[in-house]
Amino acid sequence: MKTLVDLLRENARLTNNDLAVMLGKTPEEIEKEIAELENEGLIIGYSAIIDEERYNKNCVTAFIELKVSPQAERGYDDIAIMLSQYKEVDSVYLMSGSFDLSVTIRGTNLREVALFVSDRLAPIDGVLSTTTHFILRRYKEKGVEFVHEDDDERSLVSP
Amino acid sequence: MINYDEILSEKVCSIKFSGIRKFFDIAASVKDVVSLSVGEPDFKTPFAIRKEAIKTLEKGRTTYTSNAGLEKLRKAISDYLDYTIHTRYDPLHEIIITVGGSEAIDAAFRAILNPGDEVLLPEPSFVCYGPLIEMADGVPVYIETKAEDNFKLTPEQVLEKITPKTKALVLPYPNNPTGAVMRRKDLEKIAEVIRDRNIIVISDEIYSELTYGAEKHVSIAEIEGMKERTIVINGFSKAFAMTGWRLGYACGPAPIITQMLKIHQYGIMCSPTVSQYAAITAMRDCREDVDYMVSEYDMRRKLIVNGFNEMGLTCFEPEGAFYVFPSIKSTGLSSQEFCQRLIFEKKVAVVPGDAFGECGEGYIRVSYAYSINHILLALKRIREFLDELNG
Repeated sequence: MKTLVDLLRENARLTNNDLAVMLGKTPEEIEKEIAELENEGLIIGYSAIIDEERYNKNCVTAFIELKVSPQAERGYDDIAIMLSQYKEVDSVYLMSGSFDLSVTIRGTNLREVALFVSDRLAPIDGVLSTTTHFILRRYKEKGVEFVHEDDDERSLVSP
Repeated sequence: MINYDEILSEKVCSIKFSGIRKFFDIAASVKDVVSLSVGEPDFKTPFAIRKEAIKTLEKGRTTYTSNAGLEKLRKAISDYLDYTIHTRYDPLHEIIITVGGSEAIDAAFRAILNPGDEVLLPEPSFVCYGPLIEMADGVPVYIETKAEDNFKLTPEQVLEKITPKTKALVLPYPNNPTGAVMRRKDLEKIAEVIRDRNIIVISDEIYSELTYGAEKHVSIAEIEGMKERTIVINGFSKAFAMTGWRLGYACGPAPIITQMLKIHQYGIMCSPTVSQYAAITAMRDCREDVDYMVSEYDMRRKLIVNGFNEMGLTCFEPEGAFYVFPSIKSTGLSSQEFCQRLIFEKKVAVVPGDAFGECGEGYIRVSYAYSINHILLALKRIREFLDELNG
């Protein structure tokens, strides 16, 4: 059975009324639960899933792999928090494996992203190397496939 | 010039095409329709099943199987039914694998009916029973189930229609199109009426897995004394989202299954081999997939029932399958008018209730085998349609 969080993760725009019906609760209970989730910081925000390249033809998204030398006691935190402050940066993760930080950057064109990496990221103290990967095509984003619903192959009316 | 009227069978010509098909032609003529009229799952077949089919092909398993179907699959079905309906069928003599549940229904009628035999048939129900009974020279005797009984069949209704010619009773539950379910207590009452008579129950349980609420699906075969007088029909289409694989089965007393096997042997040979191998995986490894799909349907069911009730199209709470059957009597339109206007004015397709028997007039069948967003969009448009109707 899906939980309130599952449903919101899939579609945060469902009304409290619809959520209540599906989960067998009252709209007031849903409102309270959502408020609690927000207060506890379990829900940290809401956003739309955008087909970025259709929205802006020149839009470029890149994953940057950063190798970083960790600082005594603070480890990777300081540098990760600093990177998070840039508005161009969409996400920052500490990774296991052959590099340390994964940074997602979105820009309005290729040059903007490339310059951001060379001028802003690479010179940071402690950044040892960067590798930039550009997204060429999106197939699935946050659980949503980039296939439209009219691709329903079922016949329109059937037994 | 050849005269086809003289060539064709009068019996077959006298049978009409299904009302669903007629409505399909209308729906197909309108562009960008938001359909709530499909009678098959929107889920893809669970991946493990598809993979097993691919493996089967890679191994080159492309020959016929035995007529009754792979023994391994019949064993898996036997175990599955023991687990789900607590009834054990002998895989060698009491189970036959068919091309969908529909072939099993057809073979069952043909195996038991002599010309003029009557078959009790609750309506509204799926469109195939009446025509198949007639093609097997039987006579369908319709029993009108009612909204006030939650579209359940009552023992009084059965008793009223039993005659010396009554050969069989069709039990189509969980029901397409109403979503009605017969719970254990309801089935016990029907069993009371049938048990001491020479009547066979054909229990079409194709939607058995899609039963909602705390109580699971119950088969009439598990009621005392009923196994020997019941043919259980089931299949893979709905529970495992395998409609296109064309695989079903019938279980019942060996003397009946033996005769059904003859019909199947001459008419079909055997069910598709790839589907059969894949179905073994479905029976053995896909419980979690089924549970997931059922919980999804259940949520959509609540959403859509609430939606119709809120807009004033009263809708009893369906407990099975993936349909709701709201009444549209308050609009003053006939089912056909309602559906045609809805599709032309708001581009939403639902099926007129009278496609499932005359007593379905005044209702529409709405499928919720669609995503939540799709359902919400369709409900919004239906609400607009009603608002404009009430002007």
